[in-house]
Amino acid sequence: MNLSLLILIPLLTAAAVLLMRNAAQVRWVSLLGASAQLVLAFVLLFLFNQQRAAGNTAQMLFETQYNWFPSWNISFHLGVDGISVAMILLTAFVVIAGVLVSWNVTKMTKEFYFLLILLSMGAYGFFISLDLFILFFFLEIAVIPKYLLIGIWGSGKKEYAANKLALMLMGGSALVLVGLLGIYFSGKEHSFDLMKLAALNIPLQIQMICFPLLFAGFGVFTALFPLHTWVPDGHSSAPTAGSMFLAGISMKLGGYGCLRVATFLMPEGAKEYANIIIILSVIAILYGAFATMMQKDLKYINAYSSVSHCGFVLLGIGMLTKTSMTGAVMQMVSHGLMTALFFAVIGMIYERTHTRQVSEMGGLLKRMPFIGTVLFIVGLCSLGLPGLSGFVAEMTVFMGSWQHPDTFRRIATILACLSIVVTAVYILRAITKTAMGPLKEGFELLTDATWNEKLAALILIAGIIAIGIAPFWLNDLIAPGAEVIMQKLAIPK
Amino acid sequence: MPNATYIALIPLLPLAGFLMLGIFGRKYFKNTSGVIGAALLLISTVLALYTAYGYFFEYGKVDGVYQKLVPLKYTWLQFSENVSIDMGIIIDPVSVMMLVVVTFVSLMVHIYSLGYMKGDERFPTYYAFLGLFTFSMLGLVVSSNIFQIYIFWELVGVSSFLLIGYYYDKPSAVAACKKAFIVTRFADVGFLIGILILAFHSGTLDFNTLITTLTSPETEGYKSAAAASFMGVSALTWGLALVFVGGAGKSAMFPLHIWLPDAMEGPTPVSALIHAATMVVAGVFLVARLFPVFAISSPNALTMVGYVGAISALIAAIIACTQTDIKRVLAYSTMSQIGYMMFALGVSKYGGEEGLGYTASMFHLFTHAMFKALLFLGAGAVIHYIHSNEMKDMGGLRKYLPVTHITFLIACLAIAGVPPFAGFFSKEEILLAAYEHNTAIYWIALITSGLTAFYMFRLYFNIFWNAPSPLERAGGEVHGEHHGEGGFVMMMPLVLLAVGAAGAGFIPFGHFISSDGKQLNTEFHLQFSIAPVALGLAGIFIAMWMYKKQNNRPDKIAASLSSLYKAAYHKFYIDEIYTFITQKIIFNLIGRPAAWFDKNVVDGMINATGNGTKDISESIKGLQSGKVQSYAIYFLAGVIGLALLFIYWWT
Repeated sequence: MNLSLLILIPLLTAAAVLLMRNAAQVRWVSLLGASAQLVLAFVLLFLFNQQRAAGNTAQMLFETQYNWFPSWNISFHLGVDGISVAMILLTAFVVIAGVLVSWNVTKMTKEFYFLLILLSMGAYGFFISLDLFILFFFLEIAVIPKYLLIGIWGSGKKEYAANKLALMLMGGSALVLVGLLGIYFSGKEHSFDLMKLAALNIPLQIQMICFPLLFAGFGVFTALFPLHTWVPDGHSSAPTAGSMFLAGISMKLGGYGCLRVATFLMPEGAKEYANIIIILSVIAILYGAFATMMQKDLKYINAYSSVSHCGFVLLGIGMLTKTSMTGAVMQMVSHGLMTALFFAVIGMIYERTHTRQVSEMGGLLKRMPFIGTVLFIVGLCSLGLPGLSGFVAEMTVFMGSWQHPDTFRRIATILACLSIVVTAVYILRAITKTAMGPLKEGFELLTDATWNEKLAALILIAGIIAIGIAPFWLNDLIAPGAEVIMQKLAIPK
Repeated sequence: MPNATYIALIPLLPLAGFLMLGIFGRKYFKNTSGVIGAALLLISTVLALYTAYGYFFEYGKVDGVYQKLVPLKYTWLQFSENVSIDMGIIIDPVSVMMLVVVTFVSLMVHIYSLGYMKGDERFPTYYAFLGLFTFSMLGLVVSSNIFQIYIFWELVGVSSFLLIGYYYDKPSAVAACKKAFIVTRFADVGFLIGILILAFHSGTLDFNTLITTLTSPETEGYKSAAAASFMGVSALTWGLALVFVGGAGKSAMFPLHIWLPDAMEGPTPVSALIHAATMVVAGVFLVARLFPVFAISSPNALTMVGYVGAISALIAAIIACTQTDIKRVLAYSTMSQIGYMMFALGVSKYGGEEGLGYTASMFHLFTHAMFKALLFLGAGAVIHYIHSNEMKDMGGLRKYLPVTHITFLIACLAIAGVPPFAGFFSKEEILLAAYEHNTAIYWIALITSGLTAFYMFRLYFNIFWNAPSPLERAGGEVHGEHHGEGGFVMMMPLVLLAVGAAGAGFIPFGHFISSDGKQLNTEFHLQFSIAPVALGLAGIFIAMWMYKKQNNRPDKIAASLSSLYKAAYHKFYIDEIYTFITQKIIFNLIGRPAAWFDKNVVDGMINATGNGTKDISESIKGLQSGKVQSYAIYFLAGVIGLALLFIYWWT
């Protein structure tokens, strides 16, 4: 399969969107494009598994390479392993759900959908790039549309939020760029090629400098403490689909970068800084959870809980075992689906009640059984109920973390385990107050979800349940990818 | 050999019911969902009985020992070569007995609810949730992998949450379901860490392998688990103790019991099923499942189990004597009886005659499921009739609810330990086991059995005797067209359970269930039974003296024991202590500062960086004004400056 299709289809969709004449056409073209992405992602999964079953054990499959800027050794080099395939699937799910829930956007519909589709292209490009320059290029494409999405279609303190988000993510990108240049100039033969660099073994002193730069830079995207503060403001000001993309896709760019670029290329750096990563991620997990407990706005609740949940991604990476890294990737997929669903359902509630304050709601289950049920499902997924995806991912991280017998990592794992109680407290508080209890006055005439909202929710729930009930397929997809990274870590200096 | 398909169907049928009624119930099965749920469960029950018959009488025994069979196992999530979560079915005496208990009680509750929940707005949802619970509980008891049991453990927790909060527009129900979930979740963290410890040392999650590894001193796993220690306690003991914390949470053992009385906010049949007969004994089941490891490798952890059980039994019995809500009395009574099962395990040893406590515990679990489900369903009939949970609204109901009255009396006699009802036999075995191994626990148990008889008959006389019923007081016109006892569907489960409560004691339990799978012959000691039976009868007579007819004796006695009575009435202020810890400490001292810190310090620094950059550029932006005149002045100033500099240097 030609991986360029993953970039080409969103690009064509975006172009087609610009040519459409009215909002209805724009919506349907976008939905068509998003469906094509989903189909493509499934085809990729199928072909990938077929290749693996046929015994193709190359690290990257479907590699394609075009010379792009030969004098600087930049090439358009694409390829996927199981981790990338998992992330591509996640992106396709979130994109189609995001397109569906934005059905009622009336302000500048064409531009809105154009930016959404463009953002998805950036994400796909990022996940399939094997050349660090191209990878950085797509990372930027995934950042800029968000500034506009929040600034134009947002709510509340949107200018402040848009500025903050764009500046912090740009700051992260700057760190990444410096780190990448450091790597580029480290060898005798200057190269941005991921596979070549991996084979070269970057010198130790370069790793000591570039690893923290890259990890922190990508870490900004995935809410590494204390660089997470764009998360609450950004998410709460963004339009529904914007929040979904931001939490469902953008935050995953960071986790993927930490794993694929920082840890894979610089295993010595990873070992050296592992303790710091573990400390910061445990802080993010617990502190994010406690901060969530005090939030009153549904979007802030989900945003802070994302900080806590993304802490598991970083913890899984920092623990540096195959199981924990598999868990980290699973958590990225799981959290992406779950948080997109959570923001979608918050958007549905907001459109009807015109409030996001937990204290102003009550008894929604009575008037909106579908939305109320979805809220329960997503809440239970967030607090790690078996049968839904969150449980699988968290348990895999815990199992992987416990493989170290040293006291430091033991204590870190126990502290991380404690967060599941705090999560239960804030999630139950949020969902019982909004969905249960007596129906609030003025809510008697609220209507339940429309077809597009139902479809969006069902697609994401299908993903959550497919992982929750049968995690083995995802595990089989990801674990060999994590294994390769582990082999690199195991090589002595 | 067991047929895996049949056994797998036992949990899967209720799951199918859950999915069907949960997704389509509201639209298509508005009125028929109860019948569908009950029919599916009837099939499950028959299959469970069939399995039990086959296991106990046909293929289960090899050379006089009941085997642990694993007819089905799928890898669900592979962590590393040997460590994986498997979904499987284990068939051994305990799991087979639990299959029978769970399906039978659940079936009774399904049938009973046809009458009790009739006309409820969310009738299909109710049956869907019952199906989900039954599936999860059955999955729990057949788990072949310690992580599998944890998965179903969480699932029963959430079903319990959904059913306690079934009347979701009632704020007290919402608060209760939240409390139940969070308290048990807290305990589950212990369970989870316990699993991590045990799995790390034994190198497996599979129950059979794990138990074998951790009970054989020559294995590497055992050596590392016994050698590694933290705060002077071996890793093995830590692991087991933490697993037990999870069990104590689910089984409402002191001090994690606070959710159980509140859980009575759920519909009464649900209390009968989940909070009396099945889910709350999951903790006992868990200890029983890991019993060889507890008994052989870590007697200290087992002793802890014993004392926690004994203390819970006593405290709950004291509190039960003072409560006035009939369901709460039953809730504390449940906690007390589970305490019996726990300490029976705690005083037991592994193998042979010494394993009497194990058999007795499982026996009591079985008989308790019968009489406690019966008590709850009987209480449900009373509540259904009188529309109140409070004792003061009841009295003299024996004339109006004759079937409920007789079956309730049987259950009371059974729980009070009056021969020849079921509770007598199982309690006798427990007391004997305690007497042989731990005198302190024996005395606690003896006192508790007297208290049990007292509070149960206090309940019985207050409901069915005492003052004239409100009906008579109001001239018989309270319910214009009152609905009697709820008809056949509500009475049949009562009668069937009453048969169980009266007769289950005659089952020679030791022949089927023992700590090592071999036959255990339990003897009956007449002289030993004198003390508990006498105490039980004394309790009954005191209750009769105080409550059979209206009088002021209870008030006088309460007044003379004022401080103890008050403390017990307020459940020893344990709830208040918890509220203090959670509200004052966790919310105010951790949550609030964390949120404040994030908003002001961390985010403040980020904003300060932004503002600092802005301020600097603000102060220097005048230099780039675009005005040619200013540039000319800078240019001129520069030239003059440079000229002066050069002049200074050259001279």
